[in-house]
Amino acid sequence: MTLEIRLAHAFPDFGLDVDLTLPGGLTCLFGRSGSGKTSIVNAVAGLLRPDQARIMLDGAALHDLPPHKREVGYVFQDARLFPHLTVAENLTYGPRVRRHPPVGLDRIIALLDIGGLLDRRPGTLSGGERQRVAIGRALLSRPRLLLMDEPLAALDEARKAEILPYIEALRDETGLPILYVSHSVPEVARLATTIVLVEAGRIAAVGPAAQILSDPGTAALLGLRDAGAVLTARIDAHEADGLTRLQTAAGPLWLPHVAGPVGRPLRVRIAAQDVILSRHRPKGLSALNILPARIAALHEGQGPGVLVRLDLGGEFLLARVTRRSAQMLELQPGLSVHAVLKSVSVAQSDVGGRPAPDSA
Amino acid sequence: MTDWLPPEAAIALSLSLRVSLVAVLVSLPLGVLVAYALARWRFPGHGLLNGLVHLPLILPPVVTGYLLLLTFGRQGWVGAALWDWFGFTFAFRWTGAALAAGVMAFPLLVRAIRLAIEAVDPKLEEAAATLGASRVVVFATVTLPLILPGVIAGAVLAFAKAMGEFGATITFVANIPGETQTLPTAIYSFLQVPGGDGAALQLVLISVAVAMLALAVSEWLSRRVARRIAGR
Repeated sequence: MTLEIRLAHAFPDFGLDVDLTLPGGLTCLFGRSGSGKTSIVNAVAGLLRPDQARIMLDGAALHDLPPHKREVGYVFQDARLFPHLTVAENLTYGPRVRRHPPVGLDRIIALLDIGGLLDRRPGTLSGGERQRVAIGRALLSRPRLLLMDEPLAALDEARKAEILPYIEALRDETGLPILYVSHSVPEVARLATTIVLVEAGRIAAVGPAAQILSDPGTAALLGLRDAGAVLTARIDAHEADGLTRLQTAAGPLWLPHVAGPVGRPLRVRIAAQDVILSRHRPKGLSALNILPARIAALHEGQGPGVLVRLDLGGEFLLARVTRRSAQMLELQPGLSVHAVLKSVSVAQSDVGGRPAPDSA
Repeated sequence: MTDWLPPEAAIALSLSLRVSLVAVLVSLPLGVLVAYALARWRFPGHGLLNGLVHLPLILPPVVTGYLLLLTFGRQGWVGAALWDWFGFTFAFRWTGAALAAGVMAFPLLVRAIRLAIEAVDPKLEEAAATLGASRVVVFATVTLPLILPGVIAGAVLAFAKAMGEFGATITFVANIPGETQTLPTAIYSFLQVPGGDGAALQLVLISVAVAMLALAVSEWLSRRVARRIAGR
């Protein structure tokens, strides 16, 4: 799958200028609100007619087609279910207007766990249920590409946690390319195989998720407070004292109990501000997770901080230290250090379900 | 059913029902189209069309009737053409009464339907398009079902307005018993003759009943629109 998006559009207050070529998998469009992310997906769906557009999906020109002929599924932030139809009628709307049988109806109902809602009206559903039905409705229209515009933004944390595994299942099990708009770093870190950073209508960076998240230059664009890298891990053992040992390419990690069978793959996000650097292996420290690393790069920002990219045997982490500490420790690329991860740093909400296929 | 009414009154009542029904049914599709255009499209002449639709509400009905006579009368520029080409005329016929009633009721019809259309979130129509529905299919499967109670409410109101139309009707097609004498013009005629008060009062009561019923039905349907759009 290749998706090529070239757009130029002058809005009254800003200009959109985009040139992207994307692989399959789940691509996150990340950026501040008002940066133009939604305009990009709207242009792909045909809901926005830009001044200039060239949108090619596997060699087929979408930009010439009206929205209803593009075969692009769209999950909106506000589910937009049809209020006069039941859940079942909403789900089969696409197949009915396109006059094809609802292929995979039972499988999609099972995947999203919405079998109990079929006779209900949208007005009686919770936000999370609505969003799952909206995902099912988009999938049943047999799209060649799925657009998701902040599908979780209107939901509280519990509902987000309820839906995230379904989106991961979509990414890993259906092989459907997904263009996903978000401004939440944990969401991006958990879901993305490719990340596109959008700033003021332009593309600031594009690349595989692990690379963008651990690159000090692009991580700064994600927001310093949220900067952090993703490690792929596997549950190694559940130990007697309630900790779970995870195996990563960088070495073992211990976390308070992580649910799941031994062998289950995971993504673990570690925020840059939760990583402490030490020249020598520290002794007499309460932190459990200490990993040997080599400094790959230093990135000095405008503030008093420095972002350090650490190479842990092929996986990358970010550490945020002050400029003064960097000078004191004489940090420079190539230097061997120890990364101390404050054990609280590996937050449960940032522990993903499955690694993305090409970030392993 | 009309034994208790004087024959002229019974004829006027049944004529009024026919005139109003035809007026509403014929103007309904045009009303939906105009309401949709006013609610959803921006085009040159938008304000002009809006003004034109509402004109009969503001103009003295006699003026509307006279304009209809000038346009659709036998000598009128449209009326003459209709007569020459099809041998059809509105002048002094019940069809003329229906035309007058339809024109006078049109603003109410369009207003009610437009309000219903404006209550439908265009984002739902966008969602339908991404699921594969063309504009026509979107209208038929999303917009129309959502506005249907509003359309019916507008039609009921327009029907009640048509039943009561007086000024434009009497100016355009006069007051001919059995042809153009509707309920209001019949009441007027009864009041002009000595001893006609009784029959006039009966017709007045019928008018009041029709108006009240129409209002009640239209209120009930409006509430259904709100519920339907909330999706419960």
